[in-house]
Amino acid sequence: MKNPDIKFLSGDEALAQGAYEAGLAFAAAYPGTPSTEILETLAKFPEVNAQWSVNEKVAYEVAFGASIAGLRSLYASKHVGFNVAMDPLMTSAYIGVNAGFILVTADDPGLHSSQNEQDNRLLAKFAKIPLLEPSSPSEAKACVPYAFTLSETFDTPVLIRLTTRIAHTKENVEIGERQHVQPRGFTPNPAKYVMVPGHAFRRHIELEKRLVRLQEEAEASPLNRMEMNDLSFGIITSGVSYLYAREMFPTASILKLGFSYPFPEKLIRNFAGQVKDILIIEELEPMLEEEVARLGIKHRARHPSFRIGELRPEDMPAVNAGQERVFETPTTRKPVMCPGCPHRGVYSVLKKLKLTVTGDIGCYTLGALPPLSVIQTCVCMGAGITMFEGFSKALGKGVVGVIGDSTFVHSGITGLVSAVYNNTKGLIIILDNETTAMTGTQPHPATGETIKGVPAKRLILEDLCRACGADHVDVMSAYDTPGLEKIIKERAQEDALSVLITRTPCKLIDRVKKSPVRFIAEGCRQCGLCLNVGCPALSKTESGFIHIDKNLCVGCYVCSSYCKFGALKP
Amino acid sequence: MNDRTVNILFCGTGGQGVLKAAEICGVAAVFAGLHAKKSEVHGMAQRGGSVESHVRFGRQVFSPIIPKGNVDILVPFYADEEVRLKDFLKPNGKNLLPLLIKFRQAGTSVRYLNTYLLGALAAYLDLPPETWDKALEQEFKTKNLEENKRIFLEGWKEVKP
Repeated sequence: MKNPDIKFLSGDEALAQGAYEAGLAFAAAYPGTPSTEILETLAKFPEVNAQWSVNEKVAYEVAFGASIAGLRSLYASKHVGFNVAMDPLMTSAYIGVNAGFILVTADDPGLHSSQNEQDNRLLAKFAKIPLLEPSSPSEAKACVPYAFTLSETFDTPVLIRLTTRIAHTKENVEIGERQHVQPRGFTPNPAKYVMVPGHAFRRHIELEKRLVRLQEEAEASPLNRMEMNDLSFGIITSGVSYLYAREMFPTASILKLGFSYPFPEKLIRNFAGQVKDILIIEELEPMLEEEVARLGIKHRARHPSFRIGELRPEDMPAVNAGQERVFETPTTRKPVMCPGCPHRGVYSVLKKLKLTVTGDIGCYTLGALPPLSVIQTCVCMGAGITMFEGFSKALGKGVVGVIGDSTFVHSGITGLVSAVYNNTKGLIIILDNETTAMTGTQPHPATGETIKGVPAKRLILEDLCRACGADHVDVMSAYDTPGLEKIIKERAQEDALSVLITRTPCKLIDRVKKSPVRFIAEGCRQCGLCLNVGCPALSKTESGFIHIDKNLCVGCYVCSSYCKFGALKP
Repeated sequence: MNDRTVNILFCGTGGQGVLKAAEICGVAAVFAGLHAKKSEVHGMAQRGGSVESHVRFGRQVFSPIIPKGNVDILVPFYADEEVRLKDFLKPNGKNLLPLLIKFRQAGTSVRYLNTYLLGALAAYLDLPPETWDKALEQEFKTKNLEENKRIFLEGWKEVKP
């Protein structure tokens, strides 16, 4: 680069760089779009002890433990991942920290890659911890040292909130030196660290006092700034919305809140006293709007319909006019499972057997889409197994729960134990593709490798399932459709609880291609059964025959197992 | 280069190299000493679904996504995506669809489509040629670098013979 100290970094990478420079010593997370690259970036620094944890609750507690024991620590997850860590979040706010502790939530307005679009700014208010909202990658980096100082000065975890358009935007970011931070060690202090009711009550008093002091801090924070321009029109905004406001209303006066909770009331009143007309611009929940309304300041806000979905710069005129949002039907191409994806063979069998299937979170959620249309539910991580148990209680036999390998380790194990304990019968399938596929092939406990690429003791899923008490545990290839059909048919109807592990690596980690399937026109009866497996490499020609895209086909031959007439040959 | 922000919208489907092309474009702008932003959506969209990446550069860029109707150059990797996004072009904005069609007809390996379109795009922009070279060198592994540079030049010459 022209200047050797400038790099083109995403918000995730920039935040990680900022944490590294601020002397971060420990970081933990579970992968989740759009937060994944934070830990992946941190793992590259030898000075930072980084780990993929089993799930977000585990990640939070491990990182919090490291903070209490004296290391500057960081926890990161996507918005819905944070739900899993709610339990430690709420009480860690009472305890406070020892060395600085930073929480990062990467929210997904517009649900680009998520099951809901909850606004985690509200978590700061709920847990009573400070909230920082950078607008860009360079601001994400710059706010980290500030957050560590805030955390250590006020004895509190600090929440930094990114959204997809910050986490996955790249821009020029200035690189600096790492600051050396001495570990603080641990000094026992039961009144602070042991949250029994008597101690916790006193810590709650401390928490409320701390919030008052934090509000004073926010009033004067350099992260909150007034950009005074045309005094007839003022905007109060935060996060990426600030950039849309700056772009589309270049002459407006803007109050940009980078430290938005506790809410800097005096600053707001000061701004409101200088401008004639105030418009509040924010994404998702009306958090700023409610705070300004509470202060009794005259203002204008979005039409409530704008609380749904992601804001875009071109929405600004409608936001300003208070118009209702026009929801357009998306015309984007739907994602599909990759050619040769091991999930496809399993799903084709479940479809053929007409079983009721409860699903989970991962690439395999795509099995809900036509032509497979196999998955009947998708709620959250782990629910593929627990919803299966509920379905079985209501419907009896013929229900199958599916879950991925990484997801099973994340939060499926407790569901399996519950199903065994509560005498549930039926079949659970672990779609074991030997990686965390959807977020970009991260390792997990059953892959035998850590985020640093170091070998780890491998969790053997079949041994674990047997230990949980499953009556039968079978391990098979996901491509063996005739074999799968036989065993699934049998296990789903038996008076037993069975686990079937279909073990075939994801095509993103196993790049080996076999020769493409061959189409023998003489055999083809144009029945279309092969198209039911939904492989992007297969399509129907105008004459009704099958075209095989040799660039896409990887030679899994699942389609050929469905051709009774020998028209598709390995 | 004046102060105006240049807006480029890349679009296609997962696996076509859309994001790589956008990355190289952004890096070239940074090498040229400009403020650049590149925004895109990862995750589920990677699995063969629609992929779009917004690249903006100039003296100072605000919004990471290009306001609808402000795209200077649309770079489609897939004709259906061009249909979906051509409304983002400003009046008289440049649409590289004809170059996509030309590439398809020439029958060059699809793995070089992104480099070809990038070369064509570069010919329309006034970033110094050496910034493109540096960006290509940084983003491509050495074994494919020469081939990519050749294809890049082919795209460039299609626009500026």
